[in-house]
Amino acid sequence: MSFWKFSNPKKFMTLSEKILPIISVLTLLTLFTGLYWGFFLTPEDYQQGNSVKIIFLHVPSALIAINTWFVMLVSSLIWLVRRHHISALIAKAAAPIGISMTIIAILTGMIWGQQMWGTYWVWDPRLTSFFILLLFYIGYQTLWTAVERPDSAAELTSILCVVGTVFAVLSRYAVNFWSQGLHQGASLSLDKEEHIHDAFSNPLYVCMAGFILLFLTLVILRTRTEIYKRRISVILDKKGRE
Amino acid sequence: MISILKRDILLSFRSGTGFSLSLSFFLLMIIFTPLAIGPDHLMLKKIAPGVLWLSALLSCLLSIEHIFQNDFEDGSLEALLIAPIPLESTILIKTLAHWITSGLIIAIISPCIGILYNFEFKNLLWIFLSLLIGTPGLSMIGVFGASITIGLKKGGLLLPVLIMPFYIPTLIFGSQTITNSENGAEVASPFILMTGITALVLALMPFAAAKAIKTSLK
Repeated sequence: MSFWKFSNPKKFMTLSEKILPIISVLTLLTLFTGLYWGFFLTPEDYQQGNSVKIIFLHVPSALIAINTWFVMLVSSLIWLVRRHHISALIAKAAAPIGISMTIIAILTGMIWGQQMWGTYWVWDPRLTSFFILLLFYIGYQTLWTAVERPDSAAELTSILCVVGTVFAVLSRYAVNFWSQGLHQGASLSLDKEEHIHDAFSNPLYVCMAGFILLFLTLVILRTRTEIYKRRISVILDKKGRE
Repeated sequence: MISILKRDILLSFRSGTGFSLSLSFFLLMIIFTPLAIGPDHLMLKKIAPGVLWLSALLSCLLSIEHIFQNDFEDGSLEALLIAPIPLESTILIKTLAHWITSGLIIAIISPCIGILYNFEFKNLLWIFLSLLIGTPGLSMIGVFGASITIGLKKGGLLLPVLIMPFYIPTLIFGSQTITNSENGAEVASPFILMTGITALVLALMPFAAAKAIKTSLK
């Protein structure tokens, strides 16, 4: 039994078919619990009032937005090293999710910013680097749609993703250099003291778990769709030749 | 290798573009900015570093699209692929040829532009240096983008979308160098960081570009 066994599309399909219903239900439950808890059962903040509650969307979506790129990087590397089609398809499936999560994070942040900072947009390093992240996602996604042959598309997007990662990280620090920010420092952390009250952090954790599950569900679903699409195109090709 | 360099530079001259394309685009941008913003020279001086760098970046993009296209269409790219020198060095040489016909010329002309924008005389050197060191990085990134979009029908349209984000670090550090020199702030740190990025790009990107070209030609 090895993890690489699931790089076989057929094995992946049988396994994911079993997992998908379970993980979808789990996602729904966690998201519902987290968001309901976050929106209706937490107290109002003494400074920010109800608008603080947007963090239950903002923080998890930002988390997914960044980590989706990481998932894409890992699966691109797996494709470059071991040529497993599933991993290329996972990278392809993850990109649009990353785009939408980035947009959600930016939009919720803008709405909150209007309440708290009095403006929708400032050229703050973190806002700007999210905007840059969005540009990287869009470039990557465009390349997938532009290349016709699936194998070279996987190859070229993987190269772009790996090189892009270096530049995304560079840009992130370059932007820090370029302007000082308004954003608060990290509120949740694994090793430092946290600056957030339990009443908010606990539902926030549930929401983050919910978003991670949502991400997994969507990736599995989209990868399965891609595999079906490939199969259909192969069948159509054969028919066309006959 | 030198023959490839010569050939590329010659080709860019014979095809009628050569130095003039990038350079005239650069000058157009520089002259159109005051027309669009207004003649307020304090404001112009403030935005000048950004304008210089943006114009350099866009004129670099303008000519990069064709760097592999003709070679790809007439098959000489395949000849270069099986040539005895590694593809990575060919790419580096082609980058050098592109830089000589765009970035180098822009860097040489840029101090004169600095005078148009009322820069202090001693800071003209920083304009020249930042563009001189920064533009090879821009060319290399552009060549990488061109090598990815080689076989694509709409490669030319796709190219800016793909590689503009890659220009961000160079753009930030490059224009910061000029701004800092003008404000009397520390020039060394953005300049060194920009140099580092150019060095990194020149050292590693030929490998990625070579891989992309090999994939596209398969």
